Amino acid sequence: MSLDKSLKVRVLVSVGQHPKSGRERRADQDSRALELALGMPGFSVGLLHAGSESPALREYLGMGVKAIDVLKQPSSADVVPALVQALRNDSPDLVLCGTRAETGEASGMTPYRVANALGWPLVPAVVSISRGSDGTYEVLQALPRGQRRLLKVRTPFVATVDPAAAEARQSAFGPAQRGQLQAVAVASVADPAANDLEFSPARKRPKRIAAARKATTAAERFKAATVKSASKGGQVLVKETAAEKASAILNLLVAEGVIAVDSPS
Amino acid sequence: MLNAALPWLLAGFLIVLGAGAVRRISLWRAGRPAPVDLIAGLMAMPRRYLVDLHHVVDRDKAMSNTHVATAGGFVASMALILLVHGFGVDNVWLARALLLTTVVMFAGAVLVFRRRLNPPSRLSKGPWMRLPKSLLVFAATFFIVTLPAAGILPDGFGSGILAFVLLAGIVAGLGEMLLGMGWAGPMKHAFAGALHLAFHRRPERFGGGRSTGLKLLDLDTAGDKTLGVAKPADFTWNQLLGFDACVQCGRCEAMCPAFAAGQPLNPKKLIQDMVVGLAGGTDANYAGSPYPGKEVGKAKGSAIEVITEGLVSQETLWACTTCRACVEECPMMIEHVDAIVDMRRFLTLEKGTTPGKGSETLQNLIATDNPHGNDPASRTYWAADQNLPVMADVKEADVLFWVSDGAFDMRSQRILRAFVKIMKTAKVNFAVLGDEERDCGDLARRLGDDATFQSLARRNIEVLKKYRFKRIVTTDPHAFHVLKNEYPDLGGSYEVLHHTRFINELVEQGRLQLNARTGGTVTYHDPCYLGRYNGEYDAPRAVLNAMGIQLAEMERSGFRSRCCGGGGGAPITDIPGERRIADMRMDDIRATGAEVVAVGCQQCTAMLEGVVEPRPEVQDIAEMVAAQLVDVAEPATAREVA
Repeated sequence: MSLDKSLKVRVLVSVGQHPKSGRERRADQDSRALELALGMPGFSVGLLHAGSESPALREYLGMGVKAIDVLKQPSSADVVPALVQALRNDSPDLVLCGTRAETGEASGMTPYRVANALGWPLVPAVVSISRGSDGTYEVLQALPRGQRRLLKVRTPFVATVDPAAAEARQSAFGPAQRGQLQAVAVASVADPAANDLEFSPARKRPKRIAAARKATTAAERFKAATVKSASKGGQVLVKETAAEKASAILNLLVAEGVIAVDSPS
Repeated sequence: MLNAALPWLLAGFLIVLGAGAVRRISLWRAGRPAPVDLIAGLMAMPRRYLVDLHHVVDRDKAMSNTHVATAGGFVASMALILLVHGFGVDNVWLARALLLTTVVMFAGAVLVFRRRLNPPSRLSKGPWMRLPKSLLVFAATFFIVTLPAAGILPDGFGSGILAFVLLAGIVAGLGEMLLGMGWAGPMKHAFAGALHLAFHRRPERFGGGRSTGLKLLDLDTAGDKTLGVAKPADFTWNQLLGFDACVQCGRCEAMCPAFAAGQPLNPKKLIQDMVVGLAGGTDANYAGSPYPGKEVGKAKGSAIEVITEGLVSQETLWACTTCRACVEECPMMIEHVDAIVDMRRFLTLEKGTTPGKGSETLQNLIATDNPHGNDPASRTYWAADQNLPVMADVKEADVLFWVSDGAFDMRSQRILRAFVKIMKTAKVNFAVLGDEERDCGDLARRLGDDATFQSLARRNIEVLKKYRFKRIVTTDPHAFHVLKNEYPDLGGSYEVLHHTRFINELVEQGRLQLNARTGGTVTYHDPCYLGRYNGEYDAPRAVLNAMGIQLAEMERSGFRSRCCGGGGGAPITDIPGERRIADMRMDDIRATGAEVVAVGCQQCTAMLEGVVEPRPEVQDIAEMVAAQLVDVAEPATAREVA
């Protein structure tokens, strides 16, 4: 692969929502993805949005990008087919996006479904990407508690950006106004599930706090509550059959109380 | 021989002066157009110079007298020289008048010379050290040259070697005074200064007026128009002219809180860098104090180069607290703060490089209408137990209480509660906007984001339009200033009062009765946006007086009050220095021996309370008044109801 060839990175951006006021804004993780892309030398950065043409998209333009390709989709549409079609036409080397959206289903499934449809690998929770020596890319992945893992990945691939990645640069008003929201015509595919969904504000998930067994000092209790204990137990199932793997997962879910199982009557 | 050569010499120097002036004017004309009434400005110029400017210079009596003698002597001498020596008007009395004016000028020049023997650090050196000598030479030479014409010495005087000495004196004197005036010598200030006064961007400041609101930025970005000032040529032409008027006296430098704190800002150097920018070149010839921590001689620029790429560093522009001490002090009435905000507008709106927490704060202001990202629907939580009338319910009130973002800050809430208590005691018919209120836009505007300011201001004005009220009262001088002086540009004109003035009115009308306060010494800190921006020095002092307080005034109080460090978004951008401005202000307060410092601003309260203890206690005037209220409730009727 020649280094002279201009590489294309496409960042998928969505319309975010401020957690307090509920106003539309640039999504935090998506803007971190754009920040990551803008910091990669030798790449031409393009933005892709599927959904409504919100003025909040201009906040991405204010970070220093000339235009966003907007695939206009009704709110009931499944955006994945539209994104996949646009990406196939465009054939970028790299696709970046946030881990999950701030509105809509916010399930975090979009990047997986896009990668699946394109047949590309997906690297989750990325904090930085740099070019390796032999046409591969060195991708730094964020793990819990500040740990990092370096992966070597060959293009093309999809990467989701971790909230631990560098904060997005300031969005400036002038470039945001001058930038273009370019409408790109694509067909829309209705999402059959969309009509049945009921939306409610997200709640913070409760954190599991380990109780200190024999804590005599405040420092010990504090440590017990904050330090995540290394995973204990667990099993690695590789050679087992799918049924055995599934039953192991089910057993764990039952043991953790995630799934209630009626006692056999 | 001299008599024959003089008219030609004079004519020659005047032509060179003219050429220099034309070149200088062409440099200023590189700036953007500005709406200036040229004729009216020129007509008003003598009065502006002799009255308004003199008032500022006269704060330093010695310097004022020196300048009157020197400048007055020079202007009169020059006029008479043209008559006597230029046109050869043969009148003994005219010549004797010229002798007198040169003597006056000489006396003034001697004073200038003495001041320059051991100059304070704020004065620029370099060519400015040469000036008193040139003035002496000019005055002395023309005194001697005029003696024959005045009939005191015979006509043949001044020949031979003496003629050459006098000729050298004439060339040196005229060179400094006329050539230097047109070609960027120290005397440039006379030429540029006179025109600057005539074409000043804030003519309202003359004749005892006040003009402190920032000018509205046109947000039109069509046709690749740059927002704010990127290059010197993006200033308006009369701003460029204003920079050229600087006499490098350094009074701004002596007053600047950022300079004193060792932050990389010196208002004088900034103006001189703007001069370098408009004329092109480097700052190698600058002979004054540098920006603290920055070397002189490295800056270079031109009218069409971006200022922050080589001429002035960004942190210099962000170190300013917009306290306006430099503008207040400047004898040339240069508008430093306007220039700084103009350049900040470019950095924020075009480059997106607001430092520190700037980006986050502006995003919060856009998304939640308050700088800390609080839920806009929680604006009245502070008053949950106050039972405040809300405009949306009552629609009409005498007083609209502008709560400001202090609503989200627990320390400021104590001030708000105290003021509510005062209004309730005085039975004021008031109401608040509740959740319909938004940040007034002050912070966004000083951070250079005029787009967000205008958006906030327009929405606030829309809300205010819905209700009927006589006046707005606020405890926040920043909101006070913006509502009073900056909303009119967007179509919102209101009678706005700071709470200290309102409380003073209530006391004067007998609607409030205050106990005498006992306890230790009290001093008062003038907030910049109340004092220098709005001239409100008396009402806070009157209220304190009404509580029987004898103020121990600080050396720097009133129009010379030192900033607390909290204005202009400085706590947000947080440019490092050697000291903290608030600590220096607290030292000023300690020097009075006060146990309590009275303030009238929640930002000042926050900054001063940020100083490590032990230190004097910080109290808002509203809190002090609320503690001294005489309860005038009618117990009889109250019991009947109960």
